[in-house]
Amino acid sequence: MSESLIKVENVSKKFCRDLKRSLWYGMKDLGSELLGQLHNGGGQLREDEFWAVRDISFELKRGECLGLIGRNGAGKTTLLRMFNGLIKPDIGRIEIHGRVGALIALGAGFNPILTGRENIYVNAAVLGLSKKETDTKFEDIVEFSELEKFIDAPVQSYSSGMTVRLGFAVATALEPDILIIDEILAVGDMGFVLKCLNRIDRLSKNTSVIFVSHNMIHVSRICTQALVLNSGKPIYQSSDVAEAVNVYYSMFKSEIGDFHGSEKAKLKAIALVSGKRCATGNKVLSVKYGEELKINLKVEIDKTIRGPHLYMAFYDKEQRNFAEIYSSNGNFVIENKSGWIAIEATIPSINFSQGIYSITVAISERKGGQVIFRQQSAIYFQVVGTQHGWAPIQIRPVWRQLTAINDMNSEVTI
Amino acid sequence: MKTQSRTIYTPDSSIRHPIRMLADMIRDLIAGRELAWQLAVRDVRAQYRQAALGLLWAFILPLAHTITWIFLSRSGIVTVSETELPYPVYVLTGTMIWAIFMDAVNAPLQQTMAAKQMLAKINFSREALVVSGVYQTLFNGTIKIAVLLVSLMLLGIYPGWILIWFPFGILSLILAGTAVGLLLTPVGMLYTDIGKSLPLLMQFLMYLTPVVFPMPNSGWAATIYRINPLTPLVLNTRNWLTGFSPDYLGYFFMVDFLTIALLLFVWIVYRVAMPILIERMSA
Repeated sequence: MSESLIKVENVSKKFCRDLKRSLWYGMKDLGSELLGQLHNGGGQLREDEFWAVRDISFELKRGECLGLIGRNGAGKTTLLRMFNGLIKPDIGRIEIHGRVGALIALGAGFNPILTGRENIYVNAAVLGLSKKETDTKFEDIVEFSELEKFIDAPVQSYSSGMTVRLGFAVATALEPDILIIDEILAVGDMGFVLKCLNRIDRLSKNTSVIFVSHNMIHVSRICTQALVLNSGKPIYQSSDVAEAVNVYYSMFKSEIGDFHGSEKAKLKAIALVSGKRCATGNKVLSVKYGEELKINLKVEIDKTIRGPHLYMAFYDKEQRNFAEIYSSNGNFVIENKSGWIAIEATIPSINFSQGIYSITVAISERKGGQVIFRQQSAIYFQVVGTQHGWAPIQIRPVWRQLTAINDMNSEVTI
Repeated sequence: MKTQSRTIYTPDSSIRHPIRMLADMIRDLIAGRELAWQLAVRDVRAQYRQAALGLLWAFILPLAHTITWIFLSRSGIVTVSETELPYPVYVLTGTMIWAIFMDAVNAPLQQTMAAKQMLAKINFSREALVVSGVYQTLFNGTIKIAVLLVSLMLLGIYPGWILIWFPFGILSLILAGTAVGLLLTPVGMLYTDIGKSLPLLMQFLMYLTPVVFPMPNSGWAATIYRINPLTPLVLNTRNWLTGFSPDYLGYFFMVDFLTIALLLFVWIVYRVAMPILIERMSA
């Protein structure tokens, strides 16, 4: 089974910035379409128009999953709408084999006054399921959505998460050949997100999946290849999803965060050093996975504070604080004699997953004392390499293969 | 391995492949049958569930309209020439029939606008929306007709066997209304001007049709009434209901034929327009 289910060739689409003009172009397009002429004035841009999607090509086979990533307005959703047959491409060709299922507008067609039960039938019909098919899948849908108790309550009494759950349950009951997923896991609690991911995993064996998300963890978990879009143009396309995620992350400018302090302390300088490379302030240092990283700090501190305590926290792109450094850990004592201190902290081996990280610096009077200085995201650095996974920390242990089962027993007491 | 459908999207106009387009149209119409029914049931339920007066709403408005006109003619504010039927019966049947026609005209634009979000995000049979509108018009129309029949009997008017032609008249009106409504939908989706001016135009059209006024006998008004293609539809529907023999039957069938031709044409326009409209409204 290696036929391509979806084949996209040089697809482009343009949009108009101005509403009035856009409506007028709509009228014109309608006229030319009815006369059998080429849609949308051919491949030329008219006044106020721009390319929302430019020259996209790819092929997807059964069992493959393409991640579409890019910033807001990069053209991801426009592309999906073309695959779904909602709008026509201005240039290019899209060939689709089989039934397309879209997890886009979950619960579209839900009427808030009607009950969950009634809405399941309507929603299923909208998605192309017959009443008989819905009957057989009804129990499944209700069970998956975990809404047994509320199924006869009007949908307007549901929370947004509950509505999405019901919508997801109906939409995935479809078992399509091509599945389009657009940023739907953002709502819903943890348990449900995991359930959804499992359901997608199960479906994806027999399906070509096109997945849009801003959550790179989900992308790297589900996708077998990735396409990075920037202003409608493909800037990176490969089956190396980890590298695609890197490209996406590097599109964001790193911003030095908020600063909170008192007169008593001031961060004069911060620098990162790895090998012979060094970066200060706004520059982002690249560190290879497994290499050494040195953090250099220079801080002015009021002389009355004799033994300040230093705290540093590592944040990833999702703003998760996943690692911390306390100067008190390991009994390191900072002595403030002359009103300023300079400190070097060396981390022998950075075992972070590839991506961009920031360091937040905080100083307190003493261990457990009042915080006199804190700067969120004082400096950024990027970890490069092929090591990419779910978790920000990727441990590389020392491996040894044991030759006999007795080896283990001799060293480990159970 | 199940057989797979193959779909191709290109910038070319679908008008260029008329046979494929017709096949697609029929396929979508059939595929949308069940959906149309589901949507109609959904809308009818939702419409009446949140209204304390429930089904009464289907005929309260035309009833109020009738009372207004009876008052106007009785008090002498408006002089209405003699009608063969008692005037209250004439107005009641006229406004009820007109209300059904209005429902049919409004349905396509209303249905499509209400489904905007859905249209912009899900690919489903667009025909289902129109068919669902027809179903709803039929449902509400049936209530109106039931009320009408009961009132007629109370007023002492018993339609004869000729009543079996009456559904044919109603159907013709609904189809004509749908064709007109569907014609306005594509432009109405882009520009709200259409939706805003529609009630005004329809009001005007009503006075040019024998709904509350009887057919004038002479003058330019008589000519307009006679040319108006809605005249034979409204007149005959009323005649069949009240036991009179039909007028202008030839014109009636011609209008029916034109309605079907128009319906086919606007259906094509509606289909072709949909991707363009969705692109411009981008929900």
